[in-house]
Amino acid sequence: VCTSRFWFNYRHVANTLSVYRSVKRLGIPDSHIVLMLADDMACNPRNPKPATVFSHKNMELNVYGDDVEVDYRSYEVTVENFLRVLTGRIPPSTPRSKRLLSDDRSNILIYMTGHGGNGFLKFQDSEEITNVELADAFEQMWQKRRYNELLFIIDTCQGASMYERFYSPNIMALASSQVGEDSLSHQPDLAIGVHLMDRYTFYVLEFLEEIHPASQTNMNDLFQVCPKSLCVSTPGHRTDLFQRDPQNVLITDFFGSVRKVEITTETVSLDSDLAGFESNLLKDELATEPLKYAEQLPVAQIIHQKPKQKDWHPPGGFILGLWALIIMVFFKTYGIKHMKHIF
Amino acid sequence: ASAQFQLAVPVDVVFAPGSVPGDLPKPLPFRDVQEMEISVNLRTSIMSRYEMVYRSTTAQEEAALDSATAQEADAALRPLQDASLGSLTVYVVPETSSLLPQGISIYVGKHRGTLVRAGGGLAALRTRLRQLTQVMSFTASSIAAALSDRVPDGQLGPDARRHLKSSLGYEITFSLLNPDPKSHAVDWDIEDAVNRYVQPVLDKLSLVANFSVDSQILYYAVLGVTPRFDKESSSFLLSAHSLPHVINPVEARLGSSAASLYPVLNFLLYVPERSHSPLYIQDKDGAPVSTNAFHSPRWGGIMVYNVEAPASPQASLPLHVDVDMVRVMEVFLAQLRLLFGLSREELPPEFLLESPGSEGLADWELDRLLWAHTVENIATVSTTLTSLAQLLDKIGNIVIKDDVASEVYRAVASVQSAMAKLATGHLHSAFQASKEAVTSSERAFFDPSLLHLLYFPDDQKFAIYIPLFLPMAVPILLSLAKIVRETRQRKKEPTKMD
Repeated sequence: VCTSRFWFNYRHVANTLSVYRSVKRLGIPDSHIVLMLADDMACNPRNPKPATVFSHKNMELNVYGDDVEVDYRSYEVTVENFLRVLTGRIPPSTPRSKRLLSDDRSNILIYMTGHGGNGFLKFQDSEEITNVELADAFEQMWQKRRYNELLFIIDTCQGASMYERFYSPNIMALASSQVGEDSLSHQPDLAIGVHLMDRYTFYVLEFLEEIHPASQTNMNDLFQVCPKSLCVSTPGHRTDLFQRDPQNVLITDFFGSVRKVEITTETVSLDSDLAGFESNLLKDELATEPLKYAEQLPVAQIIHQKPKQKDWHPPGGFILGLWALIIMVFFKTYGIKHMKHIF
Repeated sequence: ASAQFQLAVPVDVVFAPGSVPGDLPKPLPFRDVQEMEISVNLRTSIMSRYEMVYRSTTAQEEAALDSATAQEADAALRPLQDASLGSLTVYVVPETSSLLPQGISIYVGKHRGTLVRAGGGLAALRTRLRQLTQVMSFTASSIAAALSDRVPDGQLGPDARRHLKSSLGYEITFSLLNPDPKSHAVDWDIEDAVNRYVQPVLDKLSLVANFSVDSQILYYAVLGVTPRFDKESSSFLLSAHSLPHVINPVEARLGSSAASLYPVLNFLLYVPERSHSPLYIQDKDGAPVSTNAFHSPRWGGIMVYNVEAPASPQASLPLHVDVDMVRVMEVFLAQLRLLFGLSREELPPEFLLESPGSEGLADWELDRLLWAHTVENIATVSTTLTSLAQLLDKIGNIVIKDDVASEVYRAVASVQSAMAKLATGHLHSAFQASKEAVTSSERAFFDPSLLHLLYFPDDQKFAIYIPLFLPMAVPILLSLAKIVRETRQRKKEPTKMD
């Protein structure tokens, strides 16, 4: 989730898209990713290289390609939509790609970036989500067993305050800075004119570049990423709600997708000719009408239609008031007894 | 939430002439109830009651038992049995009967009847009956698996959360993956195969859920893993530990997100490229798997279909391939059964199970599924409603609309009716009631109007309202004070003025 918009927050969009790319590279398909972006960077009039979002200076890596599937873009990135996605309280007309269809065996990774403060995260400069709301949303997810384990990564200023209030089991949280510290950005690109990435995410991505789908690296290594010397802020993590030891948790448990697989050893024995199904086949062979477009607009009727006679209504509202004013002024000016001079 | 389940299974034990054990406590017919308690956690327990009715055969049943083989007897006995879901009928045949083959003492038919060889007195019979009811209705572990979110984590075996969760519908997608269309032009008559082989199974399962089937063909879809070439067998091998990585690159192209909101089961048939043929799947011991297929719990299955090399090197490519759908459907239907949790392994050797043939699953297997799903549905409903109540307690200013309230009432009524029906042994109506309860409770819990965005901590309330209202309030308060002063003065005034 990228919670900022506007050109000077380029780095937040680049952060989110880089994490998106890593996660896709490690095997998670788009149908299992909900991407929320303001998406106003690539086609921004201030972008000197249109249709690109770079994550490394000297424009080495374009993270905005033609396989980026943004599920919530622009003004749809709101606190309400975010909480609806998490808790599942979505209007029935929402398409499948905008829903979080997880069950009790799903491991969920949530990555959020933007501007934050002590206990809140700013959404698109107009609203905020507090850490209590987030914790409640996670508790709602746990009640319905919408996750097996949840990894929450946040890269904002004072990010650690966002995970202070979690109370549901099986949650592990990482943040780029402690309460009272700011998260800093990494490097500006002089041609584009803005900072391209945040430090914490930059080093996390360097770490992720070495992970491949079968790697055995565990979470303790992720906790060591970006020490204070490189990051200037102190990254923090929280594992007390998590039941397994982080030593035993693989990075690919959250960032990649490795399914449990079983060999099929049984077969069902079928008769190769089943005569009893002739009736079904016959039904399918009924001749169907050739398909054609449904009548959409009765164009002929519309063209030759006469304009409908509208019923007459006495003038109301503004027109009435205007006329009343004119008449009042008229009588005031001329007086009633002078009316016979006019008529 | 605490829940005490009572599951009642009506069992008819019918003694054929010559099979009555000598040590019966009462003369036939008589009733007996065996109860067993399965406790899942501190607050959830299951009491299973097997209501046994012991009686002797009627004349028609005797005639049916006179058949030559067990299968014929089973077919003949079917119209004479109690056909309601969840019930069992056990026919005890004499020890010397020829219906059961040598070494087999229990034969389980396709419907809800079984043939048991007598012998060893009542105690042995009771042991066999207990084994039988475990197989044909439910076991402690199958119920615990259905209640998996209540069982403390350490106690669940690897079996838990493996089977498909109970849902109102499932979407089945058959996909043919052809990575090499230049060499193979693959034709599969999927519509015919679905009508012939899959539809009867789905018709039988239609009691459990709604099924919809679709199919697709994907070209240039490759597996994510490169198979190794094995010189000894001159074939390509996919080892067991590389199988988990096969699914993901393919899943992105399957288009399963365009379908309905029901869980999707994908069955993929992969025809390897000419350069990687023949391709075999290896199991953990390195032996090639006979079915050449593997499946992933709650996702679906993949089968590799090898095409023989062309007879002569100059044969024109692409080769036309007509897929043998019977072989393919045998594996896919087996995978479908395994995904639902109907496996036929781990049985004592004296059992003989009749194969269900084209129907795909026996009636008693359907019963097993229904027991597990009903219990799971009821547990889900109680968890959902409890959590909804807790949410409303915590956040007082959520408004409950009328239709949400009516859904909650309906869910409560349905779940009570389901529990009552389970306790009396009516599995079918219990299952229907539990399905209604789940639908209502999910609709109530996930209603979009229940979003609680109104978290106002107290210090924020002060911080926002005081700077707004305090400066406004100052002149108001001062003028109020002035008014009070003036009225007081005016009260004193009249005495002064005159």
